[in-house]
Amino acid sequence: MSGAPFSVSIDESGPVVVLRLGGDVDRNAQEAMGAAYSNSGAGSVVLDFTKVDYINSTGIAVIVGILARGRAEGRSVRACGLTDHYRQIFEITRIADFMAIFDDESSAVAIG
Amino acid sequence: MAYLLGSGGPVDVERLDLDSEAVRSLRAEGVRLVVPLVSQGELIGTLNLGPRLSDQPYSTDDRRLLGALASQAAPAIRLAQMVRQQEVQAKERERIEHELRVAALIQQTLLPKDLPSLPGWDIEAYYHPARAVGGDFYDFIPMSDGRLGVVIGDVTDKGVPAALVMATTRSTLRGEAQRHSDPGVILASTNDVLHGEIPPAMFVTCLFGILDAASGRFLFANAGHNLPYVRTSSGVIELRATGMPLGLMPGMVYDVVEGSIGSGETMLLSSDGIVEAHGPDGTMFGFPRLMGLVGSKVTDAESLTATVIADMDRFCGPGHEQEDDVTLVAIHRGSSAADSAGVLTALLDETDSFSVNSEPGNERVVMDRVGELAARLGMTGEPLERLKTAVSEAAMNAIEHGNGFDPVLAVDVSVRKHDNGLFVRIGDTGSVTDLASRAAPNLEAKLEGTQEPRGWGLFLIEQMVDELRHEVLDGRHVVEIRMNLEGAGE
Repeated sequence: MSGAPFSVSIDESGPVVVLRLGGDVDRNAQEAMGAAYSNSGAGSVVLDFTKVDYINSTGIAVIVGILARGRAEGRSVRACGLTDHYRQIFEITRIADFMAIFDDESSAVAIG
Repeated sequence: MAYLLGSGGPVDVERLDLDSEAVRSLRAEGVRLVVPLVSQGELIGTLNLGPRLSDQPYSTDDRRLLGALASQAAPAIRLAQMVRQQEVQAKERERIEHELRVAALIQQTLLPKDLPSLPGWDIEAYYHPARAVGGDFYDFIPMSDGRLGVVIGDVTDKGVPAALVMATTRSTLRGEAQRHSDPGVILASTNDVLHGEIPPAMFVTCLFGILDAASGRFLFANAGHNLPYVRTSSGVIELRATGMPLGLMPGMVYDVVEGSIGSGETMLLSSDGIVEAHGPDGTMFGFPRLMGLVGSKVTDAESLTATVIADMDRFCGPGHEQEDDVTLVAIHRGSSAADSAGVLTALLDETDSFSVNSEPGNERVVMDRVGELAARLGMTGEPLERLKTAVSEAAMNAIEHGNGFDPVLAVDVSVRKHDNGLFVRIGDTGSVTDLASRAAPNLEAKLEGTQEPRGWGLFLIEQMVDELRHEVLDGRHVVEIRMNLEGAGE
């Protein structure tokens, strides 16, 4: 009865590496998300949430973990493709204060 | 005797050249002539004659006459004997049948005379032994705390031996239920009493459950009996608990499993007689067929038992002989079951209530079911999303922190609409302090690694909902979420 399992793929075709997330972002996303981040180079990284329809508090903890690593390594972590609801949650949790949120991927990668 | 049988006619006692006790005793009684009565080669008696009045010896004519009389009389006497024998046997049969009728009457008094009456619930029982008396039984026992004990059991074997063991088991269970309130302890102590009191080759399967009418919680333990089925809105589920049958060996332990009957849901308890019934081609009725019937669109307890019995009759074919005792107990919770427990808010109009096991991922089951209901009630857009997130987080807290991922512990969910609010209650076995003691999340600290990344759940719920309350009710921690329905269509 649970939703789709978490998936992530690394898209390095554009000016900024994009991690395309899919399925449920919850505690099960921890390992794959950490591995994808580690393999996404040393520059800015965009988390694309377009194919994500469920994020819970354990998923938020996973994202906070990625954000903490980005800050420690001086890498900018951005987000795009969030629904209004999860954008609001990113604002309520103040993740949005530390992670730039863009409406779509083209604006997220435009800054370089 | 053999001599008489072989003599072919009257025998003169005086001339008998035999020195036996029988001959001496005949002579002592003054018997002169013995005429054997033989029918179909079997000696069935003798005509013993004393001396003639004239004291003359019996003539050849006399002997011929007596011989003819004996050959005519013997079959008639034999017939009379047989009639009399049959009369005795018939009387004996009648006595046994009478005793069985009395036994059946006594057994009827051991089964509940009336079905329990619980407001908002409807309960039905069906009992049909294969013989005059049977080894199946069911019982309803009022517990001291107001909950209802529900029992179904099945003694090995049929007929009188099974009925006697059934009577012992029933009264032992009743006694133990007065002393204990834990179904597992009740079965364990009943097992210890029965072991040694019933014949070694016999045992009893038994399920003991305790129903809390207010919440629909059904705590039960199982001594090898068939599992209960519950028809829920998302299909039929099997409530699983296992244990050794009663009476086999002492010192058994029975785990208590928590099930739940939500509003509109029906539970069926059954004995082997249904699933082990055979069709004309030798196939067995089986569990899948029974499960299918429980899932059929019957609403109340009585129609469920009637449907199952009618289907079993169809399956077995016309004129079949019932092989085993058949017992059913159906318990149906009405869709507007009154909640008599202490409540956080005086609420009406319960719209749904259900339970899930404490397994990771089930928070999404809760979220989807509550979300669908809220959508039907007109909630859309951001408020609906906020409700779903809050319900998912609250259910996850209950599964993880309240019940510690213990799959036998249930998370209870109830949804009510009242005035302009939607109230969702989520219950677990934890305590309020578990939640209150948790520190509020500090993102800076988490990013710097001085606070663990987790710990967002309660904060999120508080941010998502219009009101959040906690309470401990009957030892259960309950979180109540309120969402305003006004402006739900924004």
